[in-house]
Amino acid sequence: MLHGLAGQALAFVAALALAPLLSGWVAQCRAWLQNRTAPPLWQPWLVLHKRLLRETVVAENASPLFRSVPALVFACMAIVCTIIPTLSTDLPLAVVADAVVLVGLLALARVLLSLAAMDVGTAFGTLGARRDMMVGFLAEPVLLMVLFTAALGARSTSLASIVDVLAHRELAIMPSLAFAGVAFTMVSLAENGRIPVDNPTTHLELTMIHEALTLEYSGQHLALIEWAATLKLFAYSCIGIALFCPWGLAADDTPLALLLAVPALVAKLAIGGMLLAIAETVSAKMRIFRVPEYLGIAFVLAVIGMLIHILLGA
Amino acid sequence: MNALALQFIDLLAAVSLLLAFALLIQRRFSAMIDFYATQSLVLVITTSLAGWMTGQRHLYLSAALTFVLKVVLIPVLMHTLLRRLHLDSTVDTVVKLPTTLLMGLLLVIFAFGVARPIAQLSTALASGTLGIALAGVLIGFLMMITRSRAIPQVLAFLAMENGVFLAATGVTHGMPMVVELGIAVDVLIGILILGVFLSHLHSAAPSPGATAREGDGA
Repeated sequence: MLHGLAGQALAFVAALALAPLLSGWVAQCRAWLQNRTAPPLWQPWLVLHKRLLRETVVAENASPLFRSVPALVFACMAIVCTIIPTLSTDLPLAVVADAVVLVGLLALARVLLSLAAMDVGTAFGTLGARRDMMVGFLAEPVLLMVLFTAALGARSTSLASIVDVLAHRELAIMPSLAFAGVAFTMVSLAENGRIPVDNPTTHLELTMIHEALTLEYSGQHLALIEWAATLKLFAYSCIGIALFCPWGLAADDTPLALLLAVPALVAKLAIGGMLLAIAETVSAKMRIFRVPEYLGIAFVLAVIGMLIHILLGA
Repeated sequence: MNALALQFIDLLAAVSLLLAFALLIQRRFSAMIDFYATQSLVLVITTSLAGWMTGQRHLYLSAALTFVLKVVLIPVLMHTLLRRLHLDSTVDTVVKLPTTLLMGLLLVIFAFGVARPIAQLSTALASGTLGIALAGVLIGFLMMITRSRAIPQVLAFLAMENGVFLAATGVTHGMPMVVELGIAVDVLIGILILGVFLSHLHSAAPSPGATAREGDGA
């Protein structure tokens, strides 16, 4: 139990520290692929540092909701990162929050952010909030279906036991997981505001989705929200790793095993980030009204994955 | 080893279903032809693997035939046809694509439900593939209904034939060689006739379509 808590704490600290680095790594890979000079790996940390030192300016008509949302969103993402088995599957917190709660926490963060964006009453904030909700309500069932497909095999919705089962099964080809993997990749691109759906580096307000939500924020508020966004990307990457590549987790609770699991996680995240950068470089952003189609495809794939699991039992 | 190969056949069948969906929702004709060629290639691998597992040598022959005909010849013919007739339309669906997708999903559920009891009776190689193959056939049907232009309809027909072929491989270790040869020749002749037919249609009306309304479009 004590070791479990230590592992949990280590996973939490690793998430907070590695999440901005993951975003920095993706940006670096993208820059290399596009023949630009890459920013340093720790650029997101420098930006966070800069924002934390700056004065926080809030609109005159902002309600208390607007001020409290950055902290709440950050808390949601931090909890999400702690209930995903990143280093070991022995997580005391995983007992209280299963896969459905995970999706709920992500939805809560999204609703809070959208409400805050509408709070000040600027046109772009409202526009971004509506678009984000549209993407969200289409993406959420896909994520649930993907998690359910994995849960069917483990006969449990607890993420820790799902990953435990997946990591310790015999080597077998599972067509259902292949479908779920494709669906999950599509939905995580959409959820993290990545290229086919949204461009994270855009300066064009009219095409923004996620950036438009945060236009009104500044200083420490913005720092928290940006940190939360990197945590979200980290959380999605970790869900993907946990479901589709669960090898290399700490086998037992000894501190040494936990510390050895960290480089494995970093290596997997590095490969995942590079693949994300490649995917973003080779594809073009789609029109916003194509997004329902894109996420509809993801949904159908996820459901077929589940059906195939039922049909083939694998 | 055998179990792994069996799972691999299941995976390949699932991939061919995935490609059937890709065909169903793809807008561009040339991409559709490529998807069809890929689906046929998956079928070739499945058939050779089944041949290797059961030791039935005629399956290799049928795999080779499929490769020559469906991976090389038909896609090349279709691409030539597209180029010659300058056909690359983007909108030809009767029903909106998300609706089509959901209909496809319902068909998959139906096919899996129907195939489950049958598969339990069968002692064949990979009985799970029957449901997937049936779903592929039904999606081919759906595609023929929801597409209004001639080329996607032909591709839908060919995709349907792929589904039948997959069912035959997975459930009964392949059809008798005579039947297979007959079907192969039939498909080839069908495509040739279609090519001639489309060329003539094209010279008569600029945009060959299944409906009269389609004809005066472009």
